[in-house]
Amino acid sequence: MSELKQHDVAFTVNGKAETLSVSPRTSLADALRDTLGLTGTHIGCEHGVCGACTVLLDGKPVRSCLLFAVQAEGAAITTIEGIGDAQSPHPLQRAFNECHGLHCGFCTPGMIVTLSAFLKEHPQPTSADVREAISGNLCMCTGYQNIVRSALRAAELIEGAKP
Amino acid sequence: MKPAPFQYVAAKSVDDAIALLSKYGADAKLIAGGQSLVPMMNFRLARPEWLIDINRIDGLAGITQQNGMLRIGSLTRYSELEASEAVQRGVPLLRQMLPHIAHEAIRNRGTIGGSICHADPAAEMPVAMLALDATFELRGPSGARRVAADDFFLGQMTTGIEADEVLVAIKIPETKNDERHGFSEFARRRGDFALASAAVVLRFNGGMISDHVRIAVGGLSERAERARKAEALLAGKTLTPTLIEEAAHTASGEVQAGQDLHATEAYRRSLIATQVKQALAVAADRTSSTGAKK
Ligand SMILES: Cc1cc2nc3c(=O)[nH]c(=O)nc-3n(C[C@H](O)[C@H](O)[C@H](O)COP(=O)(O)OP(=O)(O)OC[C@H]3O[C@@H](n4cnc5c(N)ncnc54)[C@H](O)[C@@H]3O)c2cc1C
Ligand code: FES
Ligand code: FES
Repeated sequence: MSELKQHDVAFTVNGKAETLSVSPRTSLADALRDTLGLTGTHIGCEHGVCGACTVLLDGKPVRSCLLFAVQAEGAAITTIEGIGDAQSPHPLQRAFNECHGLHCGFCTPGMIVTLSAFLKEHPQPTSADVREAISGNLCMCTGYQNIVRSALRAAELIEGAKP
Repeated sequence: MKPAPFQYVAAKSVDDAIALLSKYGADAKLIAGGQSLVPMMNFRLARPEWLIDINRIDGLAGITQQNGMLRIGSLTRYSELEASEAVQRGVPLLRQMLPHIAHEAIRNRGTIGGSICHADPAAEMPVAMLALDATFELRGPSGARRVAADDFFLGQMTTGIEADEVLVAIKIPETKNDERHGFSEFARRRGDFALASAAVVLRFNGGMISDHVRIAVGGLSERAERARKAEALLAGKTLTPTLIEEAAHTASGEVQAGQDLHATEAYRRSLIATQVKQALAVAADRTSSTGAKK
């Protein structure tokens, strides 16, 4: 094989413009964690099954372990860090705290990123809708009950905050 | 695991992709949604030296209607198909099948063309393509050609596409007024690949089933296939519960079914009888078969 070429790639992460030089095989997940230091995006399986690495690509949930960073040229990426923080938590983050929606927290970023996009399209979900929405996110700890409760509570919080 | 090192190039057009495929030959792979290829690269089951990205090609995604056909660009993502009015109206069977594929985050990237070219034995898309009598538009160095779905799926991850060809579009006849259809699958968990899936399309003539009957099954063996004996059994008859039972039994007996760590052959045959029966029951129930236009 001839010399491996590095590629420059420009995208925004949580609204901030970033330009990186990446090797083609660097996944978006690794670029976010290792190069940009955004370690909220977790990596579990690296084959699309667990959902821990889910980020928003132009507003839609995708697996950052199955996208090479070089492919994200021009995209707007949102990670868990862009959803909310300790000072101004997203209603989902408040609800996960209130309803014990996490134990070890490994799956939580992927759950919340996935649910943030879901609640925008389904502001008044049933518990069956929520189960369907997180069917692609695995949790080893909670047994899911409190995650579903958290999502429903977040929907209430968002509804209640409306003028 | 991480993939083995490779070189990356984004194709600017279909012709560019074909030229790159010709140049790098067996060392190159196209990447569409990456939802099958990247897992295989991460497992090191695939080690392309060159990855040719087709995501930047203008006009390779999109849905257009022409002369009673839906033309779907190969790069069209599952989520775009799910949201499409034209698909909902024109090919409701496809719409009905889509939520069975993986999960939303996968459907936001995975493409119709990627699934067809990957030809996973348990994938839903090949089953739907067979039932819907789809045609694939391929382009290579020596020009364009069309291949019917019936002649395309040859074996496990093996299709009629040549190494230097690109699948450009999929053409599907729009559902006729006198047509009914159904899809049914069994998977262990929501979003898993199917252990058995069935899609049926029946065209009616008066109250009778015409000779346009297509029953396709997947998840059972190395490839999706049609249950032609069961199709022949239905042609020219009235669709009754007894006939549905008979057709499901015939289909289950005639198709290839294999054994692996997920299921025995006997279990798969029993599952497919149920899936064919359920798909036909959906077709028989006019109200739930959205294909019958008002
Ligand atoms: C967790 C998970 C669960 C899944 N569950 C299911 C499921 O239940 N059912 C199901 O059917 N699938 C499932 N999939 C697979 C998914 O549907 C893939 O999206 C699909 O199989 C491949 O489409 P892609 O666009 O991602 O193709 P890619 O992965 O990019 O490519 C697949 C292959 O097709 C070739 N290719 C792609 N486009 C073209 C083209 N235009 N012309 C020529 N060759 C081309 C590539 O070179 C490669 O060999 C799942 C995937 C994951 C990660
Ligand atoms: S790490 Fe991406 S889905 Fe598991
Ligand atoms: S809280 Fe531990 S994996 Fe979900």
